[in-house]
Amino acid sequence: MNAIRDLACQEIVELVTEFLEGTMDSPLRAAFEAHLARCDGCTEYLDQIEATIMVAGTIEPEALSPDFRARLLEAFRDFERP
Amino acid sequence: MLGGRARALSRAYRPATATPIPTDDDAELLRALRAGDEHAFAELVAKYGPSLLRLAQLFVSSRAVAEEVVAETWLAVFTGLERFEGRSSLKTWLFRILTNKAKTRGQRESRTVPFSALAADGDEGETAVDVDRFLGPDSRHPGGWAVPPRGVPEERLLAREVRERIETAIAALPPNQRAVITLRDVEGLSAEEACNVLGLSETNQRVLLHRARSKVRAAFERYLEETE
Repeated sequence: MNAIRDLACQEIVELVTEFLEGTMDSPLRAAFEAHLARCDGCTEYLDQIEATIMVAGTIEPEALSPDFRARLLEAFRDFERP
Repeated sequence: MLGGRARALSRAYRPATATPIPTDDDAELLRALRAGDEHAFAELVAKYGPSLLRLAQLFVSSRAVAEEVVAETWLAVFTGLERFEGRSSLKTWLFRILTNKAKTRGQRESRTVPFSALAADGDEGETAVDVDRFLGPDSRHPGGWAVPPRGVPEERLLAREVRERIETAIAALPPNQRAVITLRDVEGLSAEEACNVLGLSETNQRVLLHRARSKVRAAFERYLEETE
């Protein structure tokens, strides 16, 4: 098996997205996980990234204006179906 | 760690629309829409209209033009309804139609968002975290944390101000990073769906997502520190 040298924290923060996307090859993934297991700073970093993703998922879009909504429904009524 | 707190929360709070598989609801609504049912259309507008308008606003300069793009999108949906095969989710299909229309509009407005040109966001060579946060090459642990991040107090994650701060940070991103993080993290699309909607390669999508998430995390951390 190809052993990968120890990763530095500065490298971990650049690999976080690849890790979360599941696109790492297994030796790199093993090195990444080994680093996390012994590094509180990087564990907190990953936690902050995941918290950011979670909060982003709660951002709701603004509602449509009643006027615009009415225009869309009107367009639907006027649409000539084949 | 991997099954950490935020991760558990992220599963718990993911909006229901995040699922990539077409829901039975959508299949039902589409059937009704094909039969010309206006209520089905009203329901689809309520369900996807606000997200479509938000997405359109990433490509064009005014809300009025964004509304026109959304209206054009629905027209294209009426026309192409028979051709929708359900191979992607309805949401992804709608987003792709909208993005194509919005890009055309944006080009006419000469506000082109250069999705294919990755370098165009001017962020090449930038780092996820400020280099000053790490130990230098002469230290015992080069590249280790000099100023490590601190824990996120769980109770703060659901605060409205946190959400607003993250929303502001996303709004400040370069357009292509903003589009990718909006589709992935805000709308909950998969990587494959986001690539499909934006016409990006897998690698470009991931690089843009990485830059976007890194910056938004940094803004989140600054907020946590300011308000401690």
